[in-house]
Amino acid sequence: MTGTNPGISPAASGVATDMDRAAHSSAPGGLVKSVVELDRVVIRLAGDSGDGMQLTGGRFTSETATFGNDLSTLPNFPAEIRAPTGTLPGVSSFQLHFADHDIMTPGDAPDVLVVMNPAALKANLVDLPGGGLLIADSDEFTPRNLAKVGYASNPLEDGSLDKWQLVSVPLTSMTTDALADSGLGKKEAERSKNMFTLGLLSWMYHRPTEGTIRFLERQFRRKPQIAAANIAAFRAGFNYGETTEAFAVSYEVKPAPMAPGKYRHISGNQALAYGIVAAGQRSGLPVFLGAYPITPASDILHELSRHKSFGVRTFQAEDEIAGIGAALGASFGGALGVTTTSGPGVALKAETIGLAVMTELPLLIVDVQRGGPSTGLPTKTEQSDLLQALFGRNGEAPVPVIAPRSPGDCFDAALEATRIALTYRTPVILLSDGYLANGAEPWSIPAVDELPDLRVEFASAPNGSAEDGTEGQFLPYLRDPDTLARPWAVPGTAGLQHRIGGLEKADKTGNISYDPANHDFMTRTRQAKIDGIAASIPATEVDDPAGDATVAVIGWGSTYGPIGAACRRIRASGRSVAQVHLRHLNPLPADLGEILARYDRVVCPEMNLGQLALLLRAKYLIDVHSHTQVRGLPFRAAELAAVLQDVIDSTGTTPTAIPSAIPAEHTVGAASNGAVL
Amino acid sequence: MTASPHVHDLGMPAGPDLTTVSGAIDASIAANGPKQTELRAKDLKTDQEVRWCPGCGDYVILNAVQSFLPSLGIAREDMVIVSGIGCSSRFPYYMNTYGMHSIHGRAPAIATGLAASRPDLSVWVVTGDGDALSIGGNHLIHTLRRNVNLTILLFNNRIYGLTKGQYSPTSEVGKVTKSTPMGSLDHPFNPVSLALGADATFVGRAMDSDRKGLTDVLRQAAEHQGTSLVEIYQNCNIFNDGAFELLKDPTTGPMWTIPLVHGEPLVFGPGGASCVVRDDFGGLRIAETNQVDASQIVVHDAHREDPSYAFALSRLSSQDLRYTPMGVFRRVAKPSYDRMMADQLEDAAAQQPADLDALLAGNDSWVVTSSS
Ligand SMILES: Cc1ncc(C[n+]2csc(CCOP(=O)(O)OP(=O)(O)O)c2C)c(N)n1
Ligand code: SF4
Ligand SMILES: [Mg+2]
Repeated sequence: MTGTNPGISPAASGVATDMDRAAHSSAPGGLVKSVVELDRVVIRLAGDSGDGMQLTGGRFTSETATFGNDLSTLPNFPAEIRAPTGTLPGVSSFQLHFADHDIMTPGDAPDVLVVMNPAALKANLVDLPGGGLLIADSDEFTPRNLAKVGYASNPLEDGSLDKWQLVSVPLTSMTTDALADSGLGKKEAERSKNMFTLGLLSWMYHRPTEGTIRFLERQFRRKPQIAAANIAAFRAGFNYGETTEAFAVSYEVKPAPMAPGKYRHISGNQALAYGIVAAGQRSGLPVFLGAYPITPASDILHELSRHKSFGVRTFQAEDEIAGIGAALGASFGGALGVTTTSGPGVALKAETIGLAVMTELPLLIVDVQRGGPSTGLPTKTEQSDLLQALFGRNGEAPVPVIAPRSPGDCFDAALEATRIALTYRTPVILLSDGYLANGAEPWSIPAVDELPDLRVEFASAPNGSAEDGTEGQFLPYLRDPDTLARPWAVPGTAGLQHRIGGLEKADKTGNISYDPANHDFMTRTRQAKIDGIAASIPATEVDDPAGDATVAVIGWGSTYGPIGAACRRIRASGRSVAQVHLRHLNPLPADLGEILARYDRVVCPEMNLGQLALLLRAKYLIDVHSHTQVRGLPFRAAELAAVLQDVIDSTGTTPTAIPSAIPAEHTVGAASNGAVL
Repeated sequence: MTASPHVHDLGMPAGPDLTTVSGAIDASIAANGPKQTELRAKDLKTDQEVRWCPGCGDYVILNAVQSFLPSLGIAREDMVIVSGIGCSSRFPYYMNTYGMHSIHGRAPAIATGLAASRPDLSVWVVTGDGDALSIGGNHLIHTLRRNVNLTILLFNNRIYGLTKGQYSPTSEVGKVTKSTPMGSLDHPFNPVSLALGADATFVGRAMDSDRKGLTDVLRQAAEHQGTSLVEIYQNCNIFNDGAFELLKDPTTGPMWTIPLVHGEPLVFGPGGASCVVRDDFGGLRIAETNQVDASQIVVHDAHREDPSYAFALSRLSSQDLRYTPMGVFRRVAKPSYDRMMADQLEDAAAQQPADLDALLAGNDSWVVTSSS
C-alpha cells in the first residue's frame, strides 16, 4: 500500500498506511500531527454557484502548479449563472488531480470531497468511493437547506455517511468569527468562506500560500477591505488546520519530475488566445477577431480583448455571421482573420466559411465544442461537431480541421492552424471543446523565437498576362505549383486590383465562370489543395512501448488524456496496446491508413456517436470498433481501460499470465511515465 | 469617405515588436511606388461585360459613380467595393478597384472588418433592398450605429430582381408578384427612417436618373467620416418598371419631390407652392406656401444632433412616394469606429508595450532546474 488513499486519517481509517513515509510533527499547542506522503490526490470542491468554487479551485490549482506537481482539472458548472440558492441545479464543482508523477486526466473519482451545502453533497456523493474523505460545512446543513434537496434528516448526524470519513466543520461561522473585526457585515463576511476552505486545504496538502495572497491583493486592488478580509479568512483556514484536532494528518505530494524549463499553469482557452496572439506576432500580421459571445468560447474573446498592445483588434459582432464576416473582410485586407465560437455559432457561420473556401482567403475558425444539438449542454463538453466541421456546408467545400489534445496544446494548435491558413490560403477549423477550454495543466512556456516562422509574402506585382496576351496582368487565381495556394494581394497595392466573390471563378483570372469544365476543374483543384496539406504533416506517431500490440486505439482532441491513462493501465496489466492520436482530422495524415491496417482491431473512443469512426471506416475500409459516450463529461480512464481490455482479450493473441484486474493509473511505474506521444 | 491614400496608418502602434505587425502590408503597398490619384472615369472600368438587363437603372448608377469617383483624388487600389447578392451586387465586377462580391446580406459585416482593420482604405458597400433590409437587416442597423467608416449604397428597386420578381421589404402593401398573387400583406420599411432609427450619422437619398443630385449626395457621403447610407431609387425595368415614375415624370416629379439643401427653406412644387412647416406635435407637415408665414417654413438643417428632425422629414413621404424628400437628411460628426479602435490599440501599446515572452510567462510561473 503506497498511501494512495488520501485524506483518511491512518488511525481512524483502519487502512494499512505506509508508516515509513509518515512523519510526525508537533503543531502549536502541543498537538502531534502526522504527515503522510501520497503520490497522487483527487480533490473535488462542490458548492452553490454563488460559493466561488471555480475561483477556489483555480487558486488551489495555481498553488499546486507553483509547488511543482503535475495536475489536471475538471471544472463542472451549470449553465445558469445563479440557479436558486441551495438547489441541485445550482451546484458547481471543481475537480483537481495532482501527483508526484506525470498524469493525464482529472481523475475518475475524487479521494476527497468538500461540500459547502446539502445540495453539493447530494449531487456529488455518488462519485466518492467508500472510505473517501468528506469535508462538509455543517453551518449550511440547516433544516431549510436540507428540505430543499429532500433530506428528511441531517446526513451529517444520522449516520448515513458512516461509509465515508466524514469531517463536519462549521466553515461559515468560523469565517465570520475570523472576520468579526473586519468591519464587514455578516453576509459579506460569509462570502469569504471559500477562502477559509482554501486555507484549510492549503494546510492539509502543504501548498504554498504566497501566490494566493498576492492574487487576492491584485484582484481586489480597488477594494482593500475585501482583499484584507479574504486574506484573513484564508490565513484563518490555514491556522485552523494547524491547530484543530479534527484533522490529525496532513499530506505531502512531492513535485513531479518535469523537464527543466519554465512552467506555468494554463487553461485551454487561455492557451488558444495566446496562440492567436503569437500567431499574429510570428506572421507579422495584425490579428482581427470577430466574435459573438457563446459558452464555452467567450473567454477567448475576453482574453484577446486584453492584448490590444499586440495589434490585436477584437470586434464583438451583432451575431456569429457578422463575426466571421468581419474576420473575412479583415483577411481580405491582409490581417489574420479569426472567429471564435461554439457549435451553434459554427452552424450560423457555414455560409461564410463557404465564401472563404471560394475566395481562398486565410481564416481561422475556432469551435469550442459543447453538448448539442441546438443549445444542448452549453457548459458541458462533447466532440459532436466533427462532421459539422468537415462537411457542414453546401457544395464541395473542403476545410482543414485540426484539434488540440490538451489545454496547453491549444497554443500549438492555434499556431498550426494559422500555418495552414496562411500557407494554403484557406479557412481552417480548430476543434477545441469545453473540457480543454476550462481545464488546466502545467505548461512549459515556449521561447518566442523558437516558435514557427509564419511570415507570408503578399503579392506585390503582376504575375501573368491576359488571354489576349496583354502583359502585366494580375491573375488572382494563378496558383503556387507546390501548395496550389493563390496569391494574396491586399487592397492598397497598385496594379493588383481584383474582384473576388462567391460565384465560381475561372481558373487563373478569377473572373465569373459558368463553364462546366471549369467548375469541374476548380472543384477538384480546391479539393486537391486541401488534400495536399497532408504533405506538410509529420508522420503519425504510434505509441506502442512494447512494440507488439495487435490492438490500436485511435482518438482525437481532448480524449487524449483519458485514452492515454487507459493505455497505461492496460500496459501495467501486462497487455500491449498502441495509441494513435490525431491532430489533423482533415486532411488525415498520409500514412494513417497503412498504420491502422497493421492492427487486428482498431478501437475509437469518442464523445459523440462515432463520427471519426464513421470517417475511418469510409476512408480506409477498416472495421473500427467505436466506443462512444455523450454524458457531457470526459471519459473515465478505468472505463476505457475495461473496454480496451475486452477487445484485447478477445483478439486471442494475449500473452499468458495476465492479472485480471487492471491497476490504477498511479501505480504505473516509471517505465511508462512520460512515454506518451 | 475621405481616405489619405499616401498614409498607410493601420492604427498599429509603433515600437520594436510592432513594426513587423502591419509591416508586411505596408511593405507590399510601398513596393509599387507613388500612388496614381489622377483618374478618369475609364480608369475605373473593367474588361468584364456588364450583365444587367438593358435599360436597368443600375447602368446609370454605375456611370454616375465612375464619373464621380475620380474627383475624390483616391487611387484605384485604395478603394474597395464590397457587395452582397442581388442584381445590384454585381457592381464590384465592373469597377477597377479591389472588390468582393460576397454573400446575401453580409456585405456590411464584411466591410466592417475590412474598414476597421484598414482605416487607410476607402470602403464602399453596394447592396439591394432585399439584401440590406431582409436577410442583412441586422448587419445594416448595427453597422450604422457603430459608425464604421463606410459608404453604403442601397439600390432600392422595391423588388427582388435577381430571383425574378418577388416583393421586397420596401414594396408597397398590396404588391402583386409571383409570391403574392393576391397582393403582399406586410408593411414596407422606409429605409431612411430605419437608418435614422439606428442613429446613422449620414443618411441621404437620390434618384438613379438624376446624375447631378446623385453625384452631390455621393460626394457628401464620401466626405463623411463614419457610416453613410445613401438610398438610391433604382428602376428595375423588368420586374417593377416605373416604380419611381411619380417622382421622375417632369410634371408630377416636382409636385411630390422635396429637395433637401442644407440651410435652405423647405419649399417645393411648381412655383414653390408647397412647403414644410412644424406641426403641433413636434413633427413636420406639408403646407401651402401662401397659407403660412415665411418664418414658419422649416430651414433644412442636416447637422442637427437630434435625429428626430431628420426622422420627421423621412416620415413626410408615404408608400406611394408622394412628398418624398431627396438629398441629405442628416450629416453629423461623430468619431468613427475604426478610428476609435485604432486609438485604443495605440493607448494600449503606450500603457504596456507588447512583450510576448512576458505575456506567455504570466504572473505565476516557476522554474524546474533539473529533472528529478
Ligand atoms: C442565402 C441566400 N438566400 C437566398 C438567395 C437568393 N437571392 C439572391 S438575390 C435575392 C434578393 C435580391 O434582392 P435585392 O437585394 O433587392 O437585389 P436586386 O436583385 O433587386 O438588386 C435573393 C433572395 C441567396 N443568393 N442566398
Ligand atoms: S432584373 Fe431588374 S434589377 Fe435586375 S438587372 Fe434586370 S432590370 Fe436590373
Ligand atoms: Mg431589389
